[in-house]
Amino acid sequence: MTANTGVPALQIRGLCKSFDRPAVDLLDLSVRAGEFYMLLGPNGAGKTTTLRMVAGLLQPDEGRISVFGINVRSEPERAKQIIGWLSDEPMIYDKLTPFEYLEFVSGLWNVENHIAEVRARHLIHWLGLEKHAHERCEGFSRGMKQKVALAGALVHEPKLIILDEPLTGLDAGSARLVKTVLAERVKNGATVIMTTHILEIAERMADRIGVISGGKLVAEGTLEQLRARAGQGDSTLEEIFLAIVEEAAA
Amino acid sequence: MIRRGSLLWFARHELRLSWRDTLSVMTGGRRGREKKVAIGVLVFLGILHVVAWCALGRVGALAIAGDLSTRLAVTVGIGLALSAMLSQAMESVTRTFYSRSDLELILSSPAHANRLFAVRLAAIALSVSTMSLLLMGPFINVLIFEGGAKWFGAYGVIVAVAFTATAIGAMLTVALFHLIGPKRTRLAAQIAAAVIGGVFVIGLQLAALFSTGTMSRAAVLKSHFVLSHVPALDSVWWLPARAALGDASALEHVLFAGTLLLLVAILAFAPRFGQYAVAASSITHRPQKPKVVRAFKVEPTSVALRHKELLLLIRDPWLMSQSLMQLLYLLPPAALLCRSFSAQGSARMVLVPVLIMAAGQLAGGLAWLTISGEDAPDLVQTAPVSRAQLWRAKIEAVLECVAVVFAPFLAGLLFLAPELALIATAGIAASAASAAAIQFWFRAQAKRSQFRRRHTSSRIATFSEAFSSITWAAAGAIAAAGSWFASIVALIALGIVAGTRMLSPARTQAA
Repeated sequence: MTANTGVPALQIRGLCKSFDRPAVDLLDLSVRAGEFYMLLGPNGAGKTTTLRMVAGLLQPDEGRISVFGINVRSEPERAKQIIGWLSDEPMIYDKLTPFEYLEFVSGLWNVENHIAEVRARHLIHWLGLEKHAHERCEGFSRGMKQKVALAGALVHEPKLIILDEPLTGLDAGSARLVKTVLAERVKNGATVIMTTHILEIAERMADRIGVISGGKLVAEGTLEQLRARAGQGDSTLEEIFLAIVEEAAA
Repeated sequence: MIRRGSLLWFARHELRLSWRDTLSVMTGGRRGREKKVAIGVLVFLGILHVVAWCALGRVGALAIAGDLSTRLAVTVGIGLALSAMLSQAMESVTRTFYSRSDLELILSSPAHANRLFAVRLAAIALSVSTMSLLLMGPFINVLIFEGGAKWFGAYGVIVAVAFTATAIGAMLTVALFHLIGPKRTRLAAQIAAAVIGGVFVIGLQLAALFSTGTMSRAAVLKSHFVLSHVPALDSVWWLPARAALGDASALEHVLFAGTLLLLVAILAFAPRFGQYAVAASSITHRPQKPKVVRAFKVEPTSVALRHKELLLLIRDPWLMSQSLMQLLYLLPPAALLCRSFSAQGSARMVLVPVLIMAAGQLAGGLAWLTISGEDAPDLVQTAPVSRAQLWRAKIEAVLECVAVVFAPFLAGLLFLAPELALIATAGIAASAASAAAIQFWFRAQAKRSQFRRRHTSSRIATFSEAFSSITWAAAGAIAAAGSWFASIVALIALGIVAGTRMLSPARTQAA
């Protein structure tokens, strides 16, 4: 894994994207290498749109996105090589087994066979999928499917892991497992950017938190910095978040 | 005021849902297209009238003597309609069991669910009737215009046949449910529906083929052998034909029998539909473990993509049945090919257009599955693979499948007539490539499970795909006959493909 090299893991400048109305509006954002960055915001704030543009799933109208110094728009394949993406809806193939799914993903990312096999077996073990590694995913619960998708997002050992509400619909055990896996990755030098509506998780796991509202970054910092900014000494992240969003809307 | 929970109340609810669903299918889910769709339907009906006029103009003018040969021809026509309607009814009944959209709401409510299911069965009968009347109406209209009002009876026969088909469809699906259980019924019923839809035509063609050596349906119906083995003129088997030919008393009997069958099916099955639906929604997938666990193997990107597409197709029997069902129609040419080994003749030329046409249709379906029906679009889009590489791999997967399916036919033909094999190979390649290209230009993001509705996403793509296959088939047929006129028809086919490209969303956006 790559540790902090001084180059930001993600740098966004003047990012704009409109659908019927502006979803992301001149957004500037910088995430350091090796940190766990939590992106918060009310529904429709522009979190998912921003992350989808970073992952190459949406074309920005304007602005620049670079991942570890690589321009996502001009060198998409190079950028994608070091990004792992996981959305709230596990997108896997029901007719493939987790084992076959990881083979396919390794093929897409061009991972050497012997390296991919070790990683795949490790991930399958780590995520508690060993018993089901050779069963087709069609009968899996949502939690199991999400674990398979997470394994797919990690098998090429991305330097930047982007997760859009990965804990939606997961039971406590699965959610804990996912959090442990992510914390482990950050410890090993990867950068994680994650959106969530579960503020306790953000409070406990994030190195820094960014709050988006109306397509703009309205607050950013550690929990302590956000507390200070909101002028609320002992308050929870929920109280701080609501105060910031209310202030941004006013 | 309609009482809540009553039959009428459910009927109004169903009518609203099915109207909106039909509208959504017709407009491709886009608002503001209703007017265009209405114009399109009218134009389509107009074209059908012209086709009907060309096909039946002279038949209608004939005084229908009601002889055995005429009755047999009309009965076979009704049989064809019945097989198509039965196929549609079975599909609809299966969907009613397995669609969970509102069943949990209905079944958990204190309303009498059997009323809803009664209404749903009646709605299926209505929808089958409407669709059939829409498609066959123009033909009947031509017969009325040419042959007089007696042909109005054909409308009644269609309604009676639709009712009968719905009753039989419900009965067969329920029987499957009891025989093989809810888990297997869905696939079995869908395959059965597709086979029923095609088997009558294919069976008739095979019979014609082995009796006369051509693929004409009419030849076998006029043969002495068949006419000497059909029931006598006064048999009840001829009632539907007599009704269609204007016998009012026969029409009354046929309508009465059809309605009675439908009512019996509703009364017998509607109260149990709730149990079937609950059983269908309680299906759990038993894990399928492989017999031998193979070694982990990472393939190069393009191979991995192709391999994935093939695995997904092979492992989904429903999709496989849907996409390969068109190949059922290759059975008659296959039989013709076998026959040609022992007999010389020009009949084998018929093979060329049939193969070309089937290749286009198969490639279109497969191309939709691989290009638009991607179940993990985020995964492939976030992979460090260029779009060109991605599309190339997917199109290669389609063309490989087509090659595998048609290779045995071409090999057989090569042995019989190398020049025809060459023409067929070129035609298959052109037709498959055109269909795949059209699907590529009109790609949309969809789930593989939406395969049945793929035609609704773009009418232009649907019609272009069909027209290009037909035109390539025509070019192949003319080339097989040894005429250089084939090159002009091939140019027309290329023109259709080029025109489609001009109208494609990618091109329009670029402009």
